[in-house]
Amino acid sequence: MSNATTTVAAGGEAPVYYEIDEAPHPEGHSTMLGFWIYLMSDCLIFAILFACYAVLGGNFAAGPGPKDLFDLNLIALNTAMLLFSSITYGFAMIAMQGRNVRHTQMWLAVTGLFGAAFLAIEIYEFAHLIHIGATPQRSAFLSAFFTLVGTHGLHVTFGLVWLVTLIVQLGRHGLNPANQRRVACLSLFWHFLDVIWIGVFTFVYLMGML
Amino acid sequence: MSADTHAEQVEHDSHGIEIPHATMRDYGIGFVLSVILTAIPFALVMTGALSAPVTAVVIMGFAVVQIIVHMVYFLHMSPKAEGGWTLTSLIFTLIVVVIMLSGSVWVMSNLNANMMPQAHLESQLP
Repeated sequence: MSNATTTVAAGGEAPVYYEIDEAPHPEGHSTMLGFWIYLMSDCLIFAILFACYAVLGGNFAAGPGPKDLFDLNLIALNTAMLLFSSITYGFAMIAMQGRNVRHTQMWLAVTGLFGAAFLAIEIYEFAHLIHIGATPQRSAFLSAFFTLVGTHGLHVTFGLVWLVTLIVQLGRHGLNPANQRRVACLSLFWHFLDVIWIGVFTFVYLMGML
Repeated sequence: MSADTHAEQVEHDSHGIEIPHATMRDYGIGFVLSVILTAIPFALVMTGALSAPVTAVVIMGFAVVQIIVHMVYFLHMSPKAEGGWTLTSLIFTLIVVVIMLSGSVWVMSNLNANMMPQAHLESQLP
């Protein structure tokens, strides 16, 4: 097989090449852009849910309103958890640039703990709301609220699954190019969720309490 | 060791993966700004220092600024990233989001005003 390709040059003429295969795409060369475009589509999902909340948020159906339900101290604590997890993820990125697998894993684990704390507080809040009868079925306001905040919480949950998987992967294969790409993609995802949370605590919680 | 990391760097470059370079300074600035931009809206609402409409406008302003801070310092957005394509797709998404959000709110509030004449809405009818 290899003879057939080398004998071409033996004729003394410049070999003519025909491109049969596609041009080579280095593995992962467009992953970051592709993931960014995925995040933009995710942004549209949240925009639709925000629009729903903006339209339905005032329809209480004689049920409880935001002022009866929300506890701003809890939300402030939740926001702090997510903000801390953002900065610790930043430390993980910096540890990755320093090619320190152990520190990257450690900071990812710290990020995961803050993320888990955020989720725990949110689940506690939801459980409390459902316990006092403010279920998603109660009013259009509560349907829109649970859908919007729940979707964000679901994203954080999947981010946590990804985070744990990545810590295991880093332990097995170290900081190879594929894992670096994954850490960078999860960084975008995690910080993006924090950006969405800014919208949630401003429009849902703070504006609701006015 | 340095030769090893250099070799990895070369391999990394040949793969052409564009991972934005993060610095401690960026994350530090972003974090401090975020804490300030989060604390002030919470304090305004919890203390009720300003009237409700003013507070609403102020905290929305703070939210927009904080989103930009996150974009720049945490998501490392810049016009040069990925040859400008991340910024292009972001602007496209923002245009769609603005049209959809403002359109939904506008249309639905009109519907509310015109379809459900109730005592407290009657004054707003044309």
